[in-house]
Amino acid sequence: MTATSTHDTQPPREQFTGQVGFILSAIGSAIGLGNIWRFPGVAYENGGGAFMVPYVIALLTAGIPILFLDYALGHRFRGGPPTALRRAKSWLETLGWFQVMICFVIAIYYAAIIAWALSFFVYSFDLRWGDDTAGFFTGEYLQLSDTANGGPWFSLDFVPAVLIPLLLVWVATIAVLAGGIAKGIEKANVIFLPLLVVAFAVLVVRAVFLDGAGDGLNALFTPDWGALGDPNVWIAAYGQIFFSLSVAFGIMITYSSYRKRKANLTSPGLVVAFSNSGFEMLAGIGVFAALGFLAHEQGIAVGELEGITGPILSFVTFPAVVSQMPAGPLFGALFFGALAMAGFTSLISILQVVSAGIQEKFGLTRRQAVTGLGVVAGVVSVVGFSTTTGLIALDTIDNWSNNIGIVASAVLMCIFLIWVLRMGPELRYHLTGVSTFPVGRWWYICVGAIVPAVLAYMLVSRIVDLVQNGYEGYDETYLLYAGWGTLVVLVVGAVLLTLPRWRVDPDRFDAWPTYPPVASAAATSGKETDR
Amino acid sequence: MSTDAIVMMIVALLIVWGGMIASILALRARPERTDFPPGGEDDHREDDPIVQHDT
Repeated sequence: MTATSTHDTQPPREQFTGQVGFILSAIGSAIGLGNIWRFPGVAYENGGGAFMVPYVIALLTAGIPILFLDYALGHRFRGGPPTALRRAKSWLETLGWFQVMICFVIAIYYAAIIAWALSFFVYSFDLRWGDDTAGFFTGEYLQLSDTANGGPWFSLDFVPAVLIPLLLVWVATIAVLAGGIAKGIEKANVIFLPLLVVAFAVLVVRAVFLDGAGDGLNALFTPDWGALGDPNVWIAAYGQIFFSLSVAFGIMITYSSYRKRKANLTSPGLVVAFSNSGFEMLAGIGVFAALGFLAHEQGIAVGELEGITGPILSFVTFPAVVSQMPAGPLFGALFFGALAMAGFTSLISILQVVSAGIQEKFGLTRRQAVTGLGVVAGVVSVVGFSTTTGLIALDTIDNWSNNIGIVASAVLMCIFLIWVLRMGPELRYHLTGVSTFPVGRWWYICVGAIVPAVLAYMLVSRIVDLVQNGYEGYDETYLLYAGWGTLVVLVVGAVLLTLPRWRVDPDRFDAWPTYPPVASAAATSGKETDR
Repeated sequence: MSTDAIVMMIVALLIVWGGMIASILALRARPERTDFPPGGEDDHREDDPIVQHDT
C-alpha cells in the first residue's frame, strides 16, 4: 500500500469548471494568428470561392477526426502528451516529449508576435507608422539587420520597442498559467474570447462598408473551379485546416485531460471545430474588404496588392489601410487588439502543454513548473527575438517547427496509434462511450488513411523543397543552424526528457471505460473493493 | 460584387456558420450522456478532492 499512499499525496488533477469553460478555452486556443493572417490569403490564392469545397472536405475528413484523436488520448489517459502517450504505450513517451518540445519552441517566438501586436496597438492611436509602412515595420520598429549588405545573421543588439512589450507578454503569461486551469486559463479565455469576437465583428462590419470592399470580396469569393483539379489546392486546404485547429502537437491532448471523466467530448469538439472555421470566414471577409478598400484608394486591382498573408499583411499592409480610412486609429486599435488577444489565448494553451509535461514527470507543483518554465522560456524568447535579427530567426524557426515538426508529429501519431498499436477501436469506443455524438467507422479511414497520407505527402515535398531550394533566400549556413538545428533540438530534447525517472509512476493507472467492454463490470467492482 | 462571388459567399457562410449553429444547438439539446459505461467514478485523488467515500 506504500505506492497508493504516494499516489494519495499527489494533489488532485485540475479541471475546467464545466463544458462551457472547456469549449471557450479550446476555441481560444484554436483561434490564433493563423485564422486572421493565413486563411484569407490561402483561400484567395487557391481558387477563391472554389477553395471552400476542399476546405470543408478537409475540415470533415481531417480536422475534426484528428481533433477527436487528440481528445480521446488526453481524456482517456488523463495527462499531458508524455503521460498520455506513455500510458497508451510506454515507448510513445518520446513522441509526447517531441510535442512538448514543439510547443516550447513555438511559444518562444509566438510571444514576440504578440509583443509586436501590442506595440502596433499603441502606435494605432497616432498612426505612428506614417506613409512608408514597410520601412517602418522592418526599419524603424524592428531595426532589422541588413543581411544583404553584410549585416549579422545573429546579433544581441536589443530593440527596446520589442523588448518591453515582450517582457509584458511573458509576465502576463506566467501570471495566467500560475492561476491554474480554472482560475487562470479558463478565466483568461472567458474574458478575452468574447472580447476578441466582438472587436473583430465590429471591425468586419466597418470594413464591408468601405469603398472598394465589394472588389475585395469579389477577389476572395469568385470561384475558379479549375483550381479543384490542382492537387496543390487540396494540399493547401488540408494544411490550412490542420494548422488552424492547432491539433497533433499536444494542446488538445492536454486540455481534454483537464475534463472530468464523465464528460462529453465529440459534441463540444464539433462546436470548437466549426467555431474556429466560422471565425476564419469572418476574418476572410474583414481582411479582403479592407484590402479592396486599399486597392481602391491606390487605384489598382486587388490582385496587384502585395503582402496579403503573414506578418507582412498584419504589420505592413494593414497599417496602410488604417492610415487611409476614416476613424483609422479606432480601426487600428481594434485590429491589433484582436490580434494580440487571439495570440495570447493560443500562447497560454501552448505553454500549458510544457507545464503539464514537466509537472507530471518531475512531480513539480504548478507554481514551481510555471515559474521555472516562464523564466527559461522568457529568457530564450527575449534573447532570440527582441534583437535586430529577431524577424529572421522567427521566420526560419516557425517554418521548420510547423511544416516539419508538427506535420511529422501528426503522421507519427496516426501511424503508431492506428497502424502499429491498432488502438483505433479502443479510442473510438472511448469517444462514443462518453459522448453524445457517436463516432462511426469512418473515423478509422480519416485518421488511419486520409490524414497520414495527405500529411506525409506534405512533409516529404516540403523537406525536398527545403533541401533543394533553401528558404527565403537566407544564408545556407544560417539555415543549417537555425532551421535544421531546430529539428535537432526537438528530437534531442525529446530523447533527453524521456530518460529521467518519473517521480510518480505514470503506469499505475486504469483507463476508463475499460476496454474491451465485456470485462468492465468485473474490473470496476474489483477496484471499488480495493479502495 | 458579382453574382458568382455573392452565391459562393452565402453558400460558404451557410455551411460553416450553419455547422457551428447546428453543433451548438445539438449540444444544448443533449449536453451530456445519461448512460455511461459502468465505473468511471471520478477518482477522488485525481479529479475531485471533495467527494470521499471511505469514511
